[in-house]
Amino acid sequence: MSARATLTRRRLIGGLGLLALPRLAHAQGFAGLSDSADGFAPVTPGKTFSFPADHGPHNDFRIEWWYITANLSGPSGKAFGLQWTLFRSAARPGPQGEGFDNQQLWMAHAAVTRADSHRSTEKYARGGIGQAGVEAKPFQAWIDDWQLRGTDTTDDQALAPLDMSASAPDFSYALHLEADRPVVLQGINGYSRKSERGQASYYYSQPFYRARGRLTFDDQPVEVTGQAWLDREWSSQPLSPDQSGWDWFALHFSGGEKLMLYRMRQGNGNYTSGTWVTADGASRPLGPDGIVMNPTETVAIGERKLPVGWRVEISALGIAIDSAPLNPKAWMGTRVPYWEGPISFKGSHTGVGYLELTGY
Amino acid sequence: MRRALWILAVLLSHWRRHPMQLATLLIGLISATALWSGVQALNQQARSSYDRAAAIFGGARTPMLVATDGKMLPSSVFAELRRAGWPVSPVVEGRVQIDGRSIRLLGIEPFSIPKEVGDAPTVGRSELESFLTPPHRTLISPETLADLGLKESAAPRLSNDALLPPLMAQQQLAPGVLVVDISDAQRLLDKPGQISRLLVGKMSGKLPPLREFAAGRLQLVQPEAETDLERLTDSFHLNLTAFGLLSFVVGLFIVNSAIGLAFEQRLPVLRTLRACGVSARQLNSVLIGELIAFALVAGLVGLVCGYVIAAALLPNVAASLRGLYGAQVPGELNLRPEWWLAGLIISVAGALAAATTSLIKSMRLPILSTALPYAWQEAQRRWLRLQSSVALAFFAAAGLLLWFGQSLLAGFGVLAALMLGAALLLPAVLQLVLRLGERGARGALAQWFWADSRQQISGLSLALMALLMALAVNVGVATMVETFSRTFLVWLDGRLAADIYISAADEAQARDLQAWLRTRPEVQAVLPGGRAEVQVAGAPIDVLGLPDHDTYREHWPLLQAGDNPWKQLVRGDAGFVSEQLARRLNLSLGDSLDIPAPAGDWRISIAGIYADYGNPKGQVTVNVAALTRRFPATPMTRMAVRAAPADVPGVIAALTDKFGLDGRNVVDQATVKQESRQIFNRTFAVTGALNTFTLGVAAIALLTSLLTLANSRLPQLAPLWAIGLTRRRLAEVELLKTLSLAGLTALLALPLGLLVAWCLIAIVNVKAFGWRLPFDVFPLQLIRLLIVTLFAALIASLLPVLRLARMQPADLVRTFTIER
Repeated sequence: MSARATLTRRRLIGGLGLLALPRLAHAQGFAGLSDSADGFAPVTPGKTFSFPADHGPHNDFRIEWWYITANLSGPSGKAFGLQWTLFRSAARPGPQGEGFDNQQLWMAHAAVTRADSHRSTEKYARGGIGQAGVEAKPFQAWIDDWQLRGTDTTDDQALAPLDMSASAPDFSYALHLEADRPVVLQGINGYSRKSERGQASYYYSQPFYRARGRLTFDDQPVEVTGQAWLDREWSSQPLSPDQSGWDWFALHFSGGEKLMLYRMRQGNGNYTSGTWVTADGASRPLGPDGIVMNPTETVAIGERKLPVGWRVEISALGIAIDSAPLNPKAWMGTRVPYWEGPISFKGSHTGVGYLELTGY
Repeated sequence: MRRALWILAVLLSHWRRHPMQLATLLIGLISATALWSGVQALNQQARSSYDRAAAIFGGARTPMLVATDGKMLPSSVFAELRRAGWPVSPVVEGRVQIDGRSIRLLGIEPFSIPKEVGDAPTVGRSELESFLTPPHRTLISPETLADLGLKESAAPRLSNDALLPPLMAQQQLAPGVLVVDISDAQRLLDKPGQISRLLVGKMSGKLPPLREFAAGRLQLVQPEAETDLERLTDSFHLNLTAFGLLSFVVGLFIVNSAIGLAFEQRLPVLRTLRACGVSARQLNSVLIGELIAFALVAGLVGLVCGYVIAAALLPNVAASLRGLYGAQVPGELNLRPEWWLAGLIISVAGALAAATTSLIKSMRLPILSTALPYAWQEAQRRWLRLQSSVALAFFAAAGLLLWFGQSLLAGFGVLAALMLGAALLLPAVLQLVLRLGERGARGALAQWFWADSRQQISGLSLALMALLMALAVNVGVATMVETFSRTFLVWLDGRLAADIYISAADEAQARDLQAWLRTRPEVQAVLPGGRAEVQVAGAPIDVLGLPDHDTYREHWPLLQAGDNPWKQLVRGDAGFVSEQLARRLNLSLGDSLDIPAPAGDWRISIAGIYADYGNPKGQVTVNVAALTRRFPATPMTRMAVRAAPADVPGVIAALTDKFGLDGRNVVDQATVKQESRQIFNRTFAVTGALNTFTLGVAAIALLTSLLTLANSRLPQLAPLWAIGLTRRRLAEVELLKTLSLAGLTALLALPLGLLVAWCLIAIVNVKAFGWRLPFDVFPLQLIRLLIVTLFAALIASLLPVLRLARMQPADLVRTFTIER
């Protein structure tokens, strides 16, 4: 998940610059990775997670996100993908500023994908005035009229049920999410390492959401059902300076198992990590050794070449699968651009999931 | 292909022998393209900047949410609206004092500023980060920075001891305003948790009604289609375009003249080529190819010149528009590729149009007819008759358009037909005048002088026509601009007669304000007013209520009025209508107008018609007491204050301190007026510069024609020299002749110019804007122009005349040896 972290850092640096050119953002983001976490809380092993409190924001840490992806299908079996993301970034440590003087910057991305189309949009807001924020109980995360919210009866351990919605001029969606298993702590009891040098984040997921709802492309609604995956992560200095980007997977196996995998691309090779979650919710950390991830198909988007097809092998689990994108052009044309889209895989196992590619 | 190249080489040899002609042709094309493209560039630049308009200022183009009671709103309403899907962005506004100078301060929220307002209009991509990174920044226009005598990144202390974030100059920002982040604005203005208003972006989908927010205190204010001053810039652009077009036409005249002459002189060559077996089609293709090549080269040079002209004028144009709108036209030209392409196309099209007659002639060229070098001038005489009849046809067309035309286009049609007709008629008129002069001449030399002048007209006619058009337009535009400037200033004085305008938050505050103002010794008068909006004949109309006071009686810009108009107003059954409204509804003095009022129609008789320049909306002015009787709901929150100019800043500062009024509520009209004046002076500076350019082009036309003629006139001059006239005397006579021809043309241009001015004022302006300026003639201006013309003619004829005066006698003698 360090991949995700780099992305987030870079997005948020870009977000603060708001209009910074992507190329510039790349260079600055790269340098910005070594930003010191002075004044912010450090990420240390041995944290005890406590819910619902940890569903809410951790303002002592520099960055944080609530990240949902969903693999859905329509009445005729047509496949769709969906993304809802809310990022928090603090411009300075210390006590929270009053009103518009608040140091929290919120940024959100929403996207929908089908085989022939991919649409995305973004929002920015500052904290302190109620335009965007997250509350732990009853759970709600929002920016403008986009929201992810529970009720008084929402189960704190499973963070379910939730309702999620977002809209843009050319698409919108409203989804109901349910889950009957508790959230899964990633890494070692929620302490997720991002490099050999100790960069890390706190990280948990809810990969067991069942989703149903309505998705609208150009005012044409379609009823959908499927699976969704929530990632929650926060940190103050998650990445080492030489990490340039990452390739990240969140996979739903047909047998009910879940697999999270990432490969951090860095100067002296890759840092690979992951978590295997059985159908009953038991988890087991993977890597850095024993995971093989190799691109098998690339697509050109503008000047960039993106590895959208992959071969993944984890011999310890007997996994040897090939993944293919639903739409190879699932490009997030947001201020800091990246690739994020639904995929399916086959081989030793079958299933669907989400792939994220950054730093290309 | 090879053959075509040979033909081209033969044709090009002509230009080698007559470089002056080539220069004429190229100069004509270059000046036509340059001025046209220059003006287009300015218009394009200005128009493309309008969309980034004054949204950040007063929301001229952006809808706004404001409190119905005019007070501040709580910050929380912003998040409530956003969460309900309303695309709003908060603004905090007020005034701060730096070194005793009061300046508007605007706090914006860059993340939510609607895209329609422009992508963070005043904050460029690179600046936003520093704008929001502590200690933040204050955006300021370079002018205001200089006015305050401060340097960039200084952090001045305000009168309330608060520290402004470091200053950052923004070329595009309007003068007199400081832009800061909304959090800074709340702190600096001591308005924690409050906002002044909300800008509204593009609304889509179903939004919850406004009454659900802020306890129903919100009100949506739609932007006006166009602001008053914007209307005035429309006419400004119209002027620019007309100038561009005129210069283009004048340039084409030069081209036409050069091509016509070249064609006649090349006739023997063309015939020889045809006789050698070159087909007419091939010959014409090469001729056209040659022309297009010239046009492309000249077009490119012209575009570069146009760019230079536009860049030179842009600061003035930008300054005018910046003053009008706020952060508008960037000082740096930013041209789209289409501009370059359009310039080249217009150059080629113009060249082809100018060469049409010559090309048609060459197509119909009889091969065996003898080469007659003077065929051109012979034909010219026949041509003169034809030309005059075409001129009359143009006049007839102008008359018809004037009579039947309704649109603005028809107005321009009248102008164009008049100008072309007059230009075409010029040679015939000059012939006539010269013939009259010849009749009254005494002595051989005098007679020769008149006769030779007449003979020369055909050669100079195109240049003189260009001169006539340039002069006429100069007179026309100068007259209009002068009229406009005077009228505008007088009107501004009349409309902005009071010294301070105040809009109170509510009636209670208005009463407090009035009571307080009346106790102030420096306040001479407090004039409460009101405004209601109604629909008449399907269009919105403002009903303005004014108190009966000398301030208005003495200054209100009445164009027509009955007896004791202000007394009639007090009675409550009469009103004044704006000129636009009178024209639209066809109202005149004594007519009556029904105004829909809450308690039934209110019939008023028209006691006066007043000027309301630049306002697209119709307006009716009535007595304020009558207005409140008929419209009881009219908020009585507006008032005007009279005070000595020296006391105005003190009063405003006191109002700001005591009542917390800000830039939205208090307007110091002396400043507004001064800014408006500056803006218009700059506008007129641009017009003046273009005027000079046009005249310059005409002078070039004259010069090139004279140079072309100089050599061919030797056979006429040599016999006179042989008879005993000295070269010096000959040169004097030549100079006198040129000057008198130019002088005659200028004299003819004066009435034509006044006619043009009349067309602009009485037809074009009325059709375009609905108001008519009074038509004044400015004799001094005309005399100045006459002198300038003679001076230009003098300079243009100096070179050929000097050459004649210094010509070697041998050259003159040689004339007789050459068979001609």
